[in-house]
Amino acid sequence: MAKYAAPGQPGSLVTYRDRYDHFIGGDYVRPAKGEYFANPTPVTGEVFTEVARGTAEDVERALDAAHGASAAWGRTPVAQRANVLNEIADRIEDNLELLAVAETWENGKPIRETLAADLPLAVDHFRYFAGVIRAQEGGISQISDDLVAYHFQEPLGVVAQIIPWNFPLLMATWKLAPALAAGNAVVLKPAEQTPASIHVLMELIADLLPPGVVNVVNGFGVEAGKPLASSSRVAKVAFTGETTTGRLIMQYASENIIPVTLELGGKSPNVFFSDVAAHQDAFYDKALEGFTMFALNQGEVCTCPSRALIQSGIYDRFLSDATERTKAIRQGHPLDTDTMIGAQASNDQLEKILAYIDIGKREGARLVTGGERADLGGELSGGYYVTPTIFEGDNKMRIFQEEIFGPVVSVTRFDSYDDAMKIANDTLYGLGAGVWSRDGGVAYRAGRDIQAGRVWVNNYHAYPAHAAFGGYKNSGIGRENHRMMLDHYQQTKNLLVSYGQDAQGFF
Amino acid sequence: MERVALTDEAADLIRRLVADHGPLMFHQSGGCCDGSAPMCFPAGEFRTGASDVHLGDLVVDDLAVPVWMSAAQFEYWRHTHLTIDVVLGRGSGFSLEAPLGVRFLVRSRLL
Repeated sequence: MAKYAAPGQPGSLVTYRDRYDHFIGGDYVRPAKGEYFANPTPVTGEVFTEVARGTAEDVERALDAAHGASAAWGRTPVAQRANVLNEIADRIEDNLELLAVAETWENGKPIRETLAADLPLAVDHFRYFAGVIRAQEGGISQISDDLVAYHFQEPLGVVAQIIPWNFPLLMATWKLAPALAAGNAVVLKPAEQTPASIHVLMELIADLLPPGVVNVVNGFGVEAGKPLASSSRVAKVAFTGETTTGRLIMQYASENIIPVTLELGGKSPNVFFSDVAAHQDAFYDKALEGFTMFALNQGEVCTCPSRALIQSGIYDRFLSDATERTKAIRQGHPLDTDTMIGAQASNDQLEKILAYIDIGKREGARLVTGGERADLGGELSGGYYVTPTIFEGDNKMRIFQEEIFGPVVSVTRFDSYDDAMKIANDTLYGLGAGVWSRDGGVAYRAGRDIQAGRVWVNNYHAYPAHAAFGGYKNSGIGRENHRMMLDHYQQTKNLLVSYGQDAQGFF
Repeated sequence: MERVALTDEAADLIRRLVADHGPLMFHQSGGCCDGSAPMCFPAGEFRTGASDVHLGDLVVDDLAVPVWMSAAQFEYWRHTHLTIDVVLGRGSGFSLEAPLGVRFLVRSRLL
């Protein structure tokens, strides 16, 4: 085991500044109203920096900078834009441990995850979009002998991006990399729960970007997010969050007639067919890990496999083995490399999870393990920790229907394939799902029958850049990742060209 | 049937927000991040429609604050009673209370 020193402590790889301003036009800019808000670490609950409390004036200033930069960035040759993305990727990779410590301190997640997932994935996403933008081609359609349709992709211009707090740097990357590759300028608002780690990144990469191409305005949703999302000066809004704000953003977008992409969460089923337990082998072990993935990132993942559906024939044994696996999760200091589950990202998140554990019990669900706040002692007593929790119950219960966004899985049984699909699809959401079977035919059919944008078959929680991610049903509109994401940040220009000499014959 | 209520702390917070923003409304959010929580807006800011259900009004002094939820979500909630409370936190979404360092929270019981 190793334990990284906390930011600001002797030997730490990173020190947060006492205060962060907005990053606008390539410089740090004080908020127009001069106000800042305190930013605590969920690891201990202690405040470690303060951050600009942005308002409409700051958003306008950022939009001015973005509009000043967007035309030149959009005309920059794709090879050059790709080089910038590759340089950003290299810079992140060269500072990976430093950024991992900063991210863990900001969000509360274990350093094991930031080192192995958040930051390496961010590196790869920048490289992926640097690659695909160079490979993108327009189209030529010969309509008739003398008439040719040319299709060009053009940047949208200036886009707004509102980032969630569960993977502050990786979710910023998911939105920034395709937008920048496609030639847009960005005004980005980080979540107010995790407003600071993005500035550690910006300080590392600011010299690589032309001023104004990326602007970061911090602040609260109602004070900074709303003026950004409702601005008539943005060509698109990308948002990850929840349904009510998603609807509000669509409402604002309708006033400006602009597109949105929305990723609004899920209640993802993880379906285990009987044959997974046919042998006590590596695959069975993998399936047990797949069950336990509900605790990854403290359950604060939109695709958290928060409903486990286990076939009756193996139900008792599989749940017993999965419970043992869950109890083996090491909860501890997030900067300790042996820690598997860290702190929930904020106090209100902790309170919400505990309120859901309460309604789960009231509805008659059986608590199998966990179900309480964890006091880890010492400086961690002020942090926001929850023990990994397993409930058994019925899919109609609220803990099976609502996104708790914590390390809580609700387990139920099914008899037949049709039962499994009925339960899996009995949800408002359709973001993620898992299917586990040794029978390729069953796994394939289940994967196709579950109404969700991402179905993991015999694996879970992998997020490669080259696989599309997004929701069916109430889980949102549009996709992230994959080359197709470029389409969400581009206009199509059609040039319809006549090479003939003769009049068309109407007048 | 009464479906919604509020704690004294929530009532105090609503009084403060009304003084700053005028009449208010709630819409219960679903989904990830800051979801599964009640969002508080100036009345009329969030457009409700045929896909929403009016659960009831919170009465604070002589002011009624309507509470809404999407009809699809209500199908899964209809057997529960909701009490809007306040906790320390750093809310998000565009809910009005977030800058005050507090967050509205729903506590539930069976009807």
